[in-house]
Amino acid sequence: MSVTDELTGPGKPSFHLEEMVLNMGPQHPSTHGVLRLVLHLDGELAVSVEPVLGYLHRGFEKLAENRTYLQYLAMLSRLDYLSGTFMEWSYVRSIETLMNIEVPKRAEYIRVIVSELNRIISHEVAIGDFMLNLGAVTPFFWVFRDREDVMDLLEMVTGQRMMYNYMRVGGVRWDLPEDFEAGCRKFLKEYPAKIDDYEQLITDNEIFISRTLGMGIIKPYEALDYGLSGPNARASGIDWDLRREVGYSVYPEFDFKVPLGQHGDCFDRYKCRIEEMRESVKIVEQALDALCGGPVNLKLPPMLRPPAGDIYRAVESPRGEYGVYLVSNGDLRPWRLKLRDPTFSAISMIPKLTAGNKIADLVAIVGSLDLLMGGVDR
Amino acid sequence: MLALAVIAGSAVVFPFLMRRVWGFMCDRLGPNRVGPQGLLQPFADGLKLFIKEDVTPSQAHKLLFLIAPAVALVTPMLTQVVIPFSDSYTIANLNIGLIYLVAVGAFSVLGILIAGWASNNKYSLVGGLRAAAQMISYEIPLILNIVLVALLTGSLSLNMIVEAQETVWFGAVQPLAFIIFIIAGVAELNRTPFDLPEAESELVSGYNTEYGGMRFAFFAALIEWGNVTVWAMAGSTLFLGGWRGPLFNSPVWLAVKVSIMALVIIWFFSTFPRLQIDQLMSFAWKVLIPLSLLNVAATSGFILIWPDNFLLPTAIFSWSSIALFIILFPSVIRKVLLRNRLRLLATRKMTTVISGTGKGGIRS
Repeated sequence: MSVTDELTGPGKPSFHLEEMVLNMGPQHPSTHGVLRLVLHLDGELAVSVEPVLGYLHRGFEKLAENRTYLQYLAMLSRLDYLSGTFMEWSYVRSIETLMNIEVPKRAEYIRVIVSELNRIISHEVAIGDFMLNLGAVTPFFWVFRDREDVMDLLEMVTGQRMMYNYMRVGGVRWDLPEDFEAGCRKFLKEYPAKIDDYEQLITDNEIFISRTLGMGIIKPYEALDYGLSGPNARASGIDWDLRREVGYSVYPEFDFKVPLGQHGDCFDRYKCRIEEMRESVKIVEQALDALCGGPVNLKLPPMLRPPAGDIYRAVESPRGEYGVYLVSNGDLRPWRLKLRDPTFSAISMIPKLTAGNKIADLVAIVGSLDLLMGGVDR
Repeated sequence: MLALAVIAGSAVVFPFLMRRVWGFMCDRLGPNRVGPQGLLQPFADGLKLFIKEDVTPSQAHKLLFLIAPAVALVTPMLTQVVIPFSDSYTIANLNIGLIYLVAVGAFSVLGILIAGWASNNKYSLVGGLRAAAQMISYEIPLILNIVLVALLTGSLSLNMIVEAQETVWFGAVQPLAFIIFIIAGVAELNRTPFDLPEAESELVSGYNTEYGGMRFAFFAALIEWGNVTVWAMAGSTLFLGGWRGPLFNSPVWLAVKVSIMALVIIWFFSTFPRLQIDQLMSFAWKVLIPLSLLNVAATSGFILIWPDNFLLPTAIFSWSSIALFIILFPSVIRKVLLRNRLRLLATRKMTTVISGTGKGGIRS
C-alpha cells in the first residue's frame, strides 16, 4: 500500500496528494547518454517507469540506402561507439555470406583478436558506469586507466581509438603491425591481475553486495520473452552465446567458457561481465598462438554488387546479439538495411524491472543492464 | 573571526587535499597545474565561482533560496566555538559545551532542507527530504556516543574532557564508540557511502542542484568541508585527546588529528559505493542505535560497579566486542545478512557458476 492510499480515501482528511512526475534524462549523469526515463514517484518509490528513446536518432538505416557497401562501413562503428568492431563484423559477415566469400584465415584470427580486445574495453566501461551509478567513483577511473592500454593496442592496429573502421569485406584493412604481438602479450599477462584488483575493490564490498544481490531479477523465461541476449541473458542462466552456438569465424577452434549466472540479478550481470573479460583474455591468447601467415584481405572489385537476396547475420557483441539484416537487389547500394541492437531489448525490460523500486535501485538496475544509446537510436 | 578563518581555511585545504588524495587512489595525478603542485587550485576555483553569474530560478522561493546557504553556514561557524584549541584558548568555554555542540549541530539539516525546498526542483526536493530523514536518524547514535564520553569524564565541558584524556585517549578506551561516532558522523555529514542527499547518479546534485556560482561554492566547499572540520574537531576532542599529543601540547596536534579524520572521509569516498535509503535507515535504527545503547548501558554499569577504576573494564568490553565482530563477521553475520536478503531464493553461491564447453556445433 502506498502512502497515497493510506492518507486518502473515505473518512480520511482530504489531502491533495499526487504522484510526482520526474523526467530523468535525457541529460542526466546516470542515463548513459541520452536515455530519458519518465518516472512517476511516490516519495522515493518509482511507481512506473517509462523509457523514451530517440534523442540520438541519426537515420543510420536510411543512410545505408544512399551509400555503397564500402562507404557505409565507416559509419557502423559510430552506432555502438564502445564496441565498434562488432557492428562492422556483423555487417561484413552478412555481405560475405551473401556473396559467398571465403575470408583468409589470418584475417579471421585478426578479427577475433581485435574484437575480443574490444569486448574487454566495452565491459570495462560497463562495470565502471555501473559502479558510478551505485555511487562508487574510483572503479570508474581504474577501468579507464586500464582501458587505455587496450586502446593503445587497437590504435596500433586500426589507427583509431574508438571508431575503428577496420573490417573490410573479405578481410581486414591492414595486417597487424610488427610490435603488436609483443605489446598484446604483455597486456594479456598483466591484465588478469587487474581484474583481480577490481574484484577486490568491488565484488567483496559489503555495500555493493547489499545493493546488487537479489536486485532487478530477470527470470530466464522473461529474458527469452524480451529477447535479451549477451551477458544480460546469460546472467539469468540462458546458456546462449553466438560464438559457441553458431561458431562463426574461427571461434570453434578456441577453448573458452561461457559464464552463466544463477539468479539474473544485478550482481550476476556484473559478475558475468567480469568472467567474460577473463575468457576474452584467454581467447586472444589462443588466437595469437594460432595466428598463421597469409593474406589479410581479398582482392575484390572496388564496387561491390552482392547478388539479389536477403540475409541476416549476427555476432556476439559485448551487449548481446548484434545482427544485420540486409536486403540486396543486386545494386551498388543496399536496398534495405535493418540493424538489431541488443540494447533495445534491454531497454524494453526497464519498465518491468524497475517499477516499484526506489530511485537508487532503479539507477542500479539501469546501470547493470549496460545500456548504450548510440546503438538504440540508430 | 577565528571561526570564519577555520572554516575558510578548511574549505581551501580539504577540497584540494581530497582531489589529490583521491587522484592518488585512482592512480592519477589530480589537479597539479595551478601553482606549485596545484596548490593554488582552490583559489582558482574560488575565483571562478565568485565571478560567475548568480542565477536564481524563476520559480524558486526567492528569499529562502537566497538565505539557505547562509543558514547552512551558521552550524559549522557556531559549533566550533566550544572546541578547545589549547589549554588556555577556547572561543567560549561553556560548562555545557557538549550539549551546545549537539544542539547547534542539529541545525545543520535546516539549511539543506530550506535549499531543497526553496529551489522548486524535484531533484532538490528529494535530496532535501533525504537529508532530513538521514541526518535526524543518525543524530541519535552520534549523540549516544557523545553521551558515553560525558559518562567517562563526568563533565559536559569540552575542556574538562580534554583534561580527562591526559593519561589515555577515549578512543583507546572506547574504540567501539569511536567507530560508531565516525560512521554516524559520516552519515550526518552526507559523505560517501551515505551521500544520498546529493547522490549525483540519482539526483544530479541533490539539494544544491539549482545553485551556481558563489552560492554553490558555499554548499560545496564552505559548508560541506566546514562541517567535516567541525565534526573532526569534535571527534578529536572527544576521542583523540584534542590538542594533547605526544612530546608537546599545542593546537598543531588538533590540526593533525582533524586532517587525519578528514583523510578517513576521503578514503571512504574513494572506496565505497552508496547505500540505499532504506538500508541506510535500517542500519541506523537496527545496528547503530542498539549497539550504542548497549555500549552506554554497559559503560554505565561499569561506572556504577567500579566508580574509581572503570576505564579498564570499559576498554576490555569495547575492544572485545570489536574483536567478536571481526571474528564473527565473515562466518556468521554475513551469512545471516545474505539469507535475509535472499529470502526468495533457495540457495546462493557467491560465485557465478561457469558452464559450457567452448566447442559447439555449427548452427547458423
